[in-house]
Amino acid sequence: MSDPQIAAMSRHEDEDRSAHPEMTGQVRSLWSDAWHDLLRKPSFLIPLVIVGLFVLIAIFPGLFTNADPEYAELSKSMQGPSAEAWFGYDLQGRDVFARTIYGARPSIIVGTLAVLLATLFGGLIGIIAGYAGGWIDSLLSRFTEIFLGLPYVLGAIIILSALANTRSGIGSFGIMMIVTLVMALLGWPLVTRIARSAMLAVKHSDYVQAARGLGASPVRIVFKHLLPNALAPIIVIATISVGTFISAEAVLSFLGIGLRPPVISWGVAIADHQNLMRQAAHPVLFPAAALTVVVIAFVMIGDAVREALDPKLR
Amino acid sequence: MAEVAHQADVTEVGYQAGPLLEVDNLHVEFPTRDGIARAVNGVSYSLEQGKTLAVLGESGSGKSVTAQVIMGILDEPGHVSAGEVRFQGRNLLTMSEKERRPLRGNKIAMIFQDALSSLNPVFTVGWQIAEMFRVHQGLTRREAKQKAIEMMDRVRLPAAKNRYNDYPHQFSGGMRQRIMIAMAIALGPDVLIADEPTTALDVTVQAQIMGLLHDLQRESNMGLILITHDLGVVADVADDIAVMYAGRIVEHAPVHDIYRAPAHPYTKGLIESIPRVDLKGQELHAIKGLPPNLLRMPSGCAFHPRCPYRTDQCMTDTPPLYDVGGTRHSACHHWTEVIDDAR
Amino acid sequence: MTHDEPVLQVRDLVKHFPLTQGVVFKRRIGEIKAVDGVSFDLNRGETLGIVGESGCGKSTLAKLMMALERPTAGQILFEGTDITQLKGKTLKAMRRKVQMVMQDPYTSLNPRMTVGDIVGEPFQIHPEVAPKGSRKQKVRELLDVVGLDPDHINRYPHQFSGGQRQRIGIARGLALRPDVIVCDEPVSALDVSIQAQVINLLEGLQDEFNLSYIFIAHDLSIVRHIADRVAVMYLGKLVEVGSDAEIYESPTHPYTQALLSAVPVPDPEGRESRERITLQGDPPSPANPPSGCSFRTRCWKAQDVCASEVPELEPRAAAPHPSRCHFAEVHDVVHAS
Repeated sequence: MSDPQIAAMSRHEDEDRSAHPEMTGQVRSLWSDAWHDLLRKPSFLIPLVIVGLFVLIAIFPGLFTNADPEYAELSKSMQGPSAEAWFGYDLQGRDVFARTIYGARPSIIVGTLAVLLATLFGGLIGIIAGYAGGWIDSLLSRFTEIFLGLPYVLGAIIILSALANTRSGIGSFGIMMIVTLVMALLGWPLVTRIARSAMLAVKHSDYVQAARGLGASPVRIVFKHLLPNALAPIIVIATISVGTFISAEAVLSFLGIGLRPPVISWGVAIADHQNLMRQAAHPVLFPAAALTVVVIAFVMIGDAVREALDPKLR
Repeated sequence: MAEVAHQADVTEVGYQAGPLLEVDNLHVEFPTRDGIARAVNGVSYSLEQGKTLAVLGESGSGKSVTAQVIMGILDEPGHVSAGEVRFQGRNLLTMSEKERRPLRGNKIAMIFQDALSSLNPVFTVGWQIAEMFRVHQGLTRREAKQKAIEMMDRVRLPAAKNRYNDYPHQFSGGMRQRIMIAMAIALGPDVLIADEPTTALDVTVQAQIMGLLHDLQRESNMGLILITHDLGVVADVADDIAVMYAGRIVEHAPVHDIYRAPAHPYTKGLIESIPRVDLKGQELHAIKGLPPNLLRMPSGCAFHPRCPYRTDQCMTDTPPLYDVGGTRHSACHHWTEVIDDAR
Repeated sequence: MTHDEPVLQVRDLVKHFPLTQGVVFKRRIGEIKAVDGVSFDLNRGETLGIVGESGCGKSTLAKLMMALERPTAGQILFEGTDITQLKGKTLKAMRRKVQMVMQDPYTSLNPRMTVGDIVGEPFQIHPEVAPKGSRKQKVRELLDVVGLDPDHINRYPHQFSGGQRQRIGIARGLALRPDVIVCDEPVSALDVSIQAQVINLLEGLQDEFNLSYIFIAHDLSIVRHIADRVAVMYLGKLVEVGSDAEIYESPTHPYTQALLSAVPVPDPEGRESRERITLQGDPPSPANPPSGCSFRTRCWKAQDVCASEVPELEPRAAAPHPSRCHFAEVHDVVHAS
């Protein structure tokens, strides 16, 4: 059923109807365009390979070392790197390489999980506040500011020390979950702020006005117009946050309130050997280097994603 | 006040009268990830003292890029691949940044379309104008303030003295553009480049600003380069017009000649597309098609895909700027036809 | 085409935006009188041009007519029904009849939707207009009507130029076969050589579909070309309304005269001797408009009565078309005819 009146009108021959010369034939959405962009950037690919490697290490640590990270031989305490143990031995005579390999898992799990939780919760609050506006926005924003005003480390110290007693006897997994939850609890307001401002910017855009003018329902406006366009900044902050959360985990562990033995983690390793730095730096140096590389890799990925998703740059 | 304005009229030792500013065969390239965009492709024009040259073109025609080269503020990754810009006979492009810096503001100044983003929001406008005098002329705080207030009066800011300590956001768009003009002409430049100075303003305010520029130019005998897309503004103030299309000048002529009988199909198309009272109810004469992509420039004459005068020659041979008589030039193989049609 | 039956009647339309201070406890410290008592009729198949400078309230007026904002007072009657009172289903049904074309083709299209999705969205929102199977065909026809290649249905907005994007916006506005299209500065963001193409398209579509246009613009020469009647707006009020010839050849309001004389004429002949009325200063803030006649602070004719008495928009002795000036006099500033 075609509209005869419209069909009869196909005669704007004088107009140029050819494609804009900008078009090169491929049809790509901004998302896939951004993806193609990223795949051509060494500043994205290199950190991506690094992160991929560490994720692999976290999942299958056994593939990368035969040594048992828990096996201690006190006679080898603080021995330096050798062909036998590439990163040397720590205070209790355990293989530093093996412990660095096995330390990847808690660091990466805690980092990504905390970011995931913070992004889901914080993003949701921010999206609701930005979309609803009015008193709901005021209420949620003030609530967010309370958490935002809390200094991160101080907040973590208070909560984790309060929980210190309940933490004994819950095992490695329990410790990791508690640290993850605390970090997510303190990290979400940042995501909320970014999600809210992204929503506000999109909400007032002309195409949302146009959709309202067509009679689009709020559900349609949120899912077709607002979310797809507000998502980019949230994704960027989430990617960058993984790096900062991993390093935050190390800081908390270093302070003795984050992960703790029996969990093997980079932060724990650094904390355990900080006093011995002058005698031998290697038990601190190698986990610290691993930590730095992962954090920088995530931040670089975040930067590359930000650049690729910024519509102003295209 | 006149002192400031005429200081600049004293020409430099050894400099013989001639064009004040010459752009000579300028080429500017922007490397992009899809290839090299030739934003400016052999542009030449000259500006005499006290004259107004309008550079007319659409977005992407290269009109603003040329001005950025003259000012030495070309954005990365753009670079000049060939050509010269001579100010009073000296090539600006071969000067070191150190030699060039004193010329900026002192000899050549520029105003932009967006006055709000060109002013520093954290300083008062009076301070920003006074700063020009303190930095470039080494005046004391008090002298500089006195001069700044004089400048604010000169661009007809009402109650200049009382508004010296106001911040940019406290002014309206038109008033901010006046402040920009005050800063640009503060040091009595010989050349003022105005890049779409009234595009963001309402018509009644636009009329005020154009009137102000015209008066200031007459008082100080500056050369004015007016970059615009507005045929009305050009007709109002220009002495000469250079019409740009796809990085080239396609027509260059005194203003009266161009409006009376354009010698290039693009200029002709632009003038004909203006709504006219006697043609109400009829279709406007629209130029067909779209401006070309600088990365995929058409062969031969860049305008040929949109041109009603196109022949096979246009698709292969790039037209030179033909001498059309008098001081007129047109980059069209068929300029005789075009001019005859217009008459 | 009948020109005498109003499709849209606007009556005493008022929109005041509250000015508030404070973050948690918002205090009302005043209001911006964006639209302050506007009345006009729009006939079927007619184009009403609304001209004015930024801040005069013309964009708010467009939003009110699109029911994107609720007015503080007044009525907008579409075929006799007051659309400002509509809600839910009836409001949605009304939206099929009044559509718009926006100014900026770069921000008015969702960058994450394909052209087919954008132009087809009206059908998804109003499924009764087009059965599911026919939608794609309809979208292709619409693209063809506005002069775009129907095969580009799967492309994204960023792959098109400004003029082509504006055509996409026009196709979207046309999809529901509205009676009225509100065009808010539809060509001002486009390159000069493209503006004429889009104006021609709008005129062609009007003849074809018997559309009525509200054409809001600051470019007076384009308005003169396309409009049957013109309303001049200043500080939330219409100051003069008339046919295009009345407004351009025998304007009686000083503001209209100043506006017309400020427009640069694209012809250098006689430019030195051309009459120019240069207004002093900027328009006053709509938060604090002058008493009496709102134009009196910039008017060269202002007298005591202008400060005390608000002039009505009514026919004056000088000319039969309504003008909001105590001292209305015909003064042809353009001499264009």
